[in-house]
Amino acid sequence: MANYNLKINGQSHQVDVEDDTPLLWVLRDHLGLVGTKFSCGIAQCGACMVHINGEATYSCTLPVSGVGSSEVTTIEGLSKDGDHPVQKAWNEIDVAQCGYCQAGQIMNAAAFLKKNPKPTLEEIENAMNRNLCRCGTYHKIREAVALAAKTK
Amino acid sequence: MKTNRRDFLKVAATATGGLFIGFYWSGCDSPKMQVLTDEEVLSQAFNFNAYLAISPSGDVVIYSPNPELGQNIITSFPMIVAEELDADWSKVRVFQAALDNEKYDRQLTGGSGAMPHSWERLRKAGATAKYLLVQAAANKLGVEASELTTEKGEVFHNGKKKFGFGELVSDASKLTAPDEVMLKDPKDFKIIGTPVKNVKNKEMFTGKPLFGLDIYREGMVNAMIQRPPFGMKIKSVDDSGARSVSGVSDVIVFNNNVAVVGESTWPLLKAKRQLRIEYEPDGPIESSFDHDRIFKELLESKNAQVMRKDGDVDAAFKNAAQVITSEYQCPFLSHSPMEPQNFFAHVKGDKVELIGPTQTPDRARMETSQLLGIPKENITLELTRLGGGFGRRLRADFVVEAAELSKILDKPVKVTWSREDDMTGGAYRPAVRYRFQAALDEQGNLIGYKLRGVGINAGNATRENNFPSGSVKNLLIENIDYKSPITTNAWRAPITNFLAYAEQSFLDEVAIAAKKDPVKLRLDLLDRAKNNPVGEIHYDIDRMRGVIETAAEKSNWGKSKDVMQGFSVYFSHRSYVAQVADIIMENGQPILKKITAATDCGVVVHPTGANHQVRGGIVDGMGHAMFTNLTFENGLPRQRNFDTYRLIRMKEVPEIDVHYVDSGYDPTGLGEPALPPTGGAIANAIFAATGRRIRSQPFIEQKEFSDIKLQIRRA
Ligand code: FES
Ligand code: FES
Repeated sequence: MANYNLKINGQSHQVDVEDDTPLLWVLRDHLGLVGTKFSCGIAQCGACMVHINGEATYSCTLPVSGVGSSEVTTIEGLSKDGDHPVQKAWNEIDVAQCGYCQAGQIMNAAAFLKKNPKPTLEEIENAMNRNLCRCGTYHKIREAVALAAKTK
Repeated sequence: MKTNRRDFLKVAATATGGLFIGFYWSGCDSPKMQVLTDEEVLSQAFNFNAYLAISPSGDVVIYSPNPELGQNIITSFPMIVAEELDADWSKVRVFQAALDNEKYDRQLTGGSGAMPHSWERLRKAGATAKYLLVQAAANKLGVEASELTTEKGEVFHNGKKKFGFGELVSDASKLTAPDEVMLKDPKDFKIIGTPVKNVKNKEMFTGKPLFGLDIYREGMVNAMIQRPPFGMKIKSVDDSGARSVSGVSDVIVFNNNVAVVGESTWPLLKAKRQLRIEYEPDGPIESSFDHDRIFKELLESKNAQVMRKDGDVDAAFKNAAQVITSEYQCPFLSHSPMEPQNFFAHVKGDKVELIGPTQTPDRARMETSQLLGIPKENITLELTRLGGGFGRRLRADFVVEAAELSKILDKPVKVTWSREDDMTGGAYRPAVRYRFQAALDEQGNLIGYKLRGVGINAGNATRENNFPSGSVKNLLIENIDYKSPITTNAWRAPITNFLAYAEQSFLDEVAIAAKKDPVKLRLDLLDRAKNNPVGEIHYDIDRMRGVIETAAEKSNWGKSKDVMQGFSVYFSHRSYVAQVADIIMENGQPILKKITAATDCGVVVHPTGANHQVRGGIVDGMGHAMFTNLTFENGLPRQRNFDTYRLIRMKEVPEIDVHYVDSGYDPTGLGEPALPPTGGAIANAIFAATGRRIRSQPFIEQKEFSDIKLQIRRA
């Protein structure tokens, strides 16, 4: 066990956990930030995506010992009132079916658009290909990312 | 109408259980309006029936009884109630109802059956309340109820607003509910048929706790369970390694399972890998090659169960000018919802509290009651949102084991399945092999048809009364079920998820052998079913014709030489769906560009939800037909996570063009019917483009497919 001081959503959090604990489980089990989802645990599906210094990252395979002083942003901290352009676009296009993958999709889309504010549809598909959606909402995800890019 | 009256009279405390989370995302749209909290609204509201309560503030509370797994029933059911109530949709708050046998029947999600079951009930629930509100207004004004009109939560007399619903609820709730109420003419619908936003968007998109895995309770421990391979039982367990993992408080062997228990999840994932469990045989231990052999043997068996027999099949085949025989096979599949299985259970003496994602809360409670010997009435079950289901959550295994473990531990426990647990934990789509045979006469007419299905724990692997039954004079449908220790379960569009593919591909083979256009072949068969029906007919011929013609028209069927097309149509779960897949060639390479779908599900209640289900069903059908395989080695799946169990991704979906046929019928479900036709449409287009017939799934593992290099690209 070791003590970690993590910067999450603009606040600092102390946790006492094993070094190898993935950030995902620190968020969910120790800090009550359950918006970040568990699905595969092996960096294949993107349900657990968070931002590490603005970079979309699988939190299920990132050990807490590797986070250091990086800024972590989770879906809960993406915006103050759910009004990030990507969240608004997700509502506007009504993207979700079961919704389980969508926090990860939104986090990936938000990081992607920050880097590439005017993407082509092909670039959107390449970026979003990292996230699985078992319900098959891919058409709507693509549409929503394109809309978010436009309304920014 | 009786139901409503009874429900109305029962002024139960509807506001217990359920998830008290409203969906206001637009409170800022009307800053002057005072927004009450959900708790305030619920405590003030008058109950009109099991679905509906209205507060004096005019806020409308609607309960959605069925499990929500992405079909968006939590939006579409309340839309129906609100429609007949003439509610102001912006004042509606939706709550998930807990399991309650007294208030609701058929509180389950499966078989695409909720909409047809509840359509009338929900309409009457809204209409009855409106009737009472109008009557209360009439009494206050001293006029006839017939002189009053309603709109958006208000009552009007001679075009002038007199009351908001909120002002009337106290009086209205004292009136007696009528036995009969008038329902709206569908042409007057104002909410039904509009793209109302999902009522849970804000919570989903801001990461609020909604799902079973998000449940945390005071004093709760976490647990993960190692379940045995199929056909094996525990011989011995060495748990020393697991116990030495820091954060593990207990290891418990129960019921052929080994549970690791602790405060948080990560130590359990580690500890599970440290378990040394020795298993011994408890039945046949099967691998995929065993299944291949079993299929071959049983296809030749003399002992098949006859499911349907029309005419004289032997004579038809003897007199045939041409006989076509083909076999089609599919593998097992895991449901793999994105949220792995999980459940919270707290057994406290003779009381049980259950919380989590299940498609069948009633069954979960019943099985828990049976296992623990605790009466049903002492068990509460609160539904969370389900992160997908696809049929897997129709079973109660993951609920019952949590309850059993809670009893052993004497603590509240949440059991979480890892992805590997979920994929190896059984209840699969059964593997099936079919043999189809068609007899054609000199003119290419279909005079005989035979189908034998062999399934592994598939029950009846055929649907003996589905098309083309009824259109062929001599027909024989047979089934053989092989019993295996590998557990199977309904998987989105049970049986038809593959049967439709096999049958629609085979009909394409028949059309080509008969030198007929595949659409024409189907329409001719439907004509025969209409004019000279053979035996019973279990589908609506005109509705099937309707979707076939619409799909053909919208896809420009056969109009362009540059587009190679595949056709498929299927009737399942009360809805009709026809699909056309388009492949174009670019530099000699086939590119799958588009799928056109025509659906007849009666009234489209919620267009956004319907499009989601049609597109999602097509993506699902396509992904599993093309990419996904679950094979076995010594009683264990070889694929255990998404690195080897390949699910379809964003770059692999073509354009999907969705159309509806307005048949005027009451709505039927859509959770399943769009899936079955997809694989066949694609396989038939692949044949049209390349001359290769793909008869087994997944496509990418078939040698006929290996050098085709099919690309998928949207327009
Ligand atoms: S849970 Fe992290 S990528 Fe799937
Ligand atoms: S919406 Fe269900 S997994 Fe994406």
